[in-house]
Amino acid sequence: MRTLSVLRTQAFRIVFVYVAVFALSVSALLGFTYWNTERALDAQTDQIIDAEITGLSEQYQRLGLRGLAEVVMSRSAHGGPGLYLLLDRGRQPIAGNLDGIPQSTLHLGEQIEFDYERRVEGQLERRRARGRIFSLMGGFQLLVAQDVHERYLTEKLFSTTLPWTVALMLLLGLVGGGLMSRNMLRRLDQINRTAGEIFAGDLSRRVPVSRAHDEFDTLAESLNRMLDRIERLMKGVREVTDSVAHDLRTPLNRLRNRLEDTLRHLDTSGKEAGEIEAAMRETDQIIATFNALLLIAEADAGVTRGAMAPIDLVPVADDVAELYAPLAEEKGVTLDIKPAGATMIEGNRSLISQALANLIDNAIKYTPEGGHVSVWPAVTPVGVDLTVADTGPGIPEAERARVVERFVRLETSRNSPGTGLGLSLVAAVARLHGARLILDDNAPGLKAVIRFPRPSPVSRGAARR
Amino acid sequence: MRILVIEDDLEAQRYLVNGLKEAGHVVDDAADGDTGLTLALSRPYDVAIVDRMLPKMDGLDVVAEMREHSNATPVLFLSALSEVDDRVKGLKAGGDDYLTKPYAFVELLARIDALMRRRSPSSVKTRLQVGDLELDLLTRAAKRSGTAIDLQPREFRLLEYLMRHAGQVVTRTMLLESVWEYHFDPQTNVIDVHISRLRAKIDKGFELPLLHTVRGAGYMIRAHA
Repeated sequence: MRTLSVLRTQAFRIVFVYVAVFALSVSALLGFTYWNTERALDAQTDQIIDAEITGLSEQYQRLGLRGLAEVVMSRSAHGGPGLYLLLDRGRQPIAGNLDGIPQSTLHLGEQIEFDYERRVEGQLERRRARGRIFSLMGGFQLLVAQDVHERYLTEKLFSTTLPWTVALMLLLGLVGGGLMSRNMLRRLDQINRTAGEIFAGDLSRRVPVSRAHDEFDTLAESLNRMLDRIERLMKGVREVTDSVAHDLRTPLNRLRNRLEDTLRHLDTSGKEAGEIEAAMRETDQIIATFNALLLIAEADAGVTRGAMAPIDLVPVADDVAELYAPLAEEKGVTLDIKPAGATMIEGNRSLISQALANLIDNAIKYTPEGGHVSVWPAVTPVGVDLTVADTGPGIPEAERARVVERFVRLETSRNSPGTGLGLSLVAAVARLHGARLILDDNAPGLKAVIRFPRPSPVSRGAARR
Repeated sequence: MRILVIEDDLEAQRYLVNGLKEAGHVVDDAADGDTGLTLALSRPYDVAIVDRMLPKMDGLDVVAEMREHSNATPVLFLSALSEVDDRVKGLKAGGDDYLTKPYAFVELLARIDALMRRRSPSSVKTRLQVGDLELDLLTRAAKRSGTAIDLQPREFRLLEYLMRHAGQVVTRTMLLESVWEYHFDPQTNVIDVHISRLRAKIDKGFELPLLHTVRGAGYMIRAHA
């Protein structure tokens, strides 16, 4: 698992691509140099051969066959790199220091390469030569060649060494890349772990900084500075929500007290009592809206992090569905909860229940008599889904993103009671859990899904792979 | 009943004290934590109503200090702070109930009634009875005039809570909190529907209704009309 994750890192990929490109360039460069050198050496050999052929054909013209044979014989006795073979009309050797070469290799006029055998220090050795055959007047043929065995050996050595060199280079590159990316991965892991812990609610965590003062430390320092700032901001938001709550609730409390006090001292059947009751209802509506707004603000600020724990969505969904079952029945809507196995997430039971209650409440509200509302938690490949689907009018695709915003209600539903914050609250609760609220078509109706991330089996919330 | 009110918002305190006096209670008041704690420790009270944020000494500290001195007076916290975590803190500090401002006075009255009643040892009963309605807490069986009533588990808990508070007003929020353990306000009044179903099971076909709706407040179960 660990090796696989090393192979998947960007650092390793970069190193691997670099090594591959490097190996390719080196092979191309070496190949070109080799080819060029070989061509130059061959040209040099061919020049010598051409010069010899010119010289020997002059000897033949001047001295005839016998003279040529003598010259060939004297040059052959030399023991140098020059190789000669004089053939008669029947292609039988007359003179020269070459024998036993396959006749098939002897083509007239062109440059040929062939193997021959030669006695070196008493040992018979197979060597490589390059030469040219040409016809003499009278049907004789003369092969003039040069021993190119040294060059041949170099070439062979080169072509066997090159692939190994490249392979070794790749291997070393891979090992180096592996080590480098493992090192990088360790540093990134630390950052990831810290991020996970912060996400799980511990805002005081910081990325460890080493003494190396490298790029990672610079990154860690910037991240830590950013985290300091976020922590300060969050603390500020917390203080603001607390004081806003206090400063608004205190006068609202007095207002409600005053209305209640007045109502208690009034004749309950009089006109004034009705007015005061209406004013109290308005006050309660203000309070409900304010509470919902505050909860959204708190959820978005992550203030309610404290009560996160591993919970099973199945009993949570069962309980909320059970709370709403009689309401659905009274409206002639069937509310069913689809059975599921344990569906664990990291979350706040109270907030998730409230979000689910909002979704079910909405679903029942908008589903006509005879319709269905289904609730089901499920573990899917993409996450842990808590779904509420109804057979009501649904929400047009263009409006779906908008209804999650605060206070947005569709024109058709403007008259029903509620703060208009229901779906925004669900979305805020989802965000607090690192989840998403997805509104989809239930064809017909609305399918609302809160998609939670799968809980990590290792450290709580930490983003480890 | 003797009630101690520790509240620093003097206007709110005045309404609270007047309301409680009108409801027939004897009320002492304090406007800061120090004075409140001294009163709480020097005289016996049936209930203390403590504001969460107080000058000189925080409401949480007052209650923690009371508990430190083995003072078991039931405490109802009033708080204007944002609620989710605050409720937990209040209950941890030794509070017995928690109400967010602004509250309805009937809600407060119902809750302090319930708190005062909690002190009597009635909670160890294994049978509850209201008129001819009987509830056996061990066999989880309900009977009215000897006829068995078939109740769902949640209906049983609902009836149990109502019967434990027989003769007292029980608000919708109290039911939601103790029977369902939810601390939020469901947009639609789902509790009413549950109550009307329960009512159909226990009162239908009987001359004398037991489960009553208290207008503007909640519900009450009682034997007499």
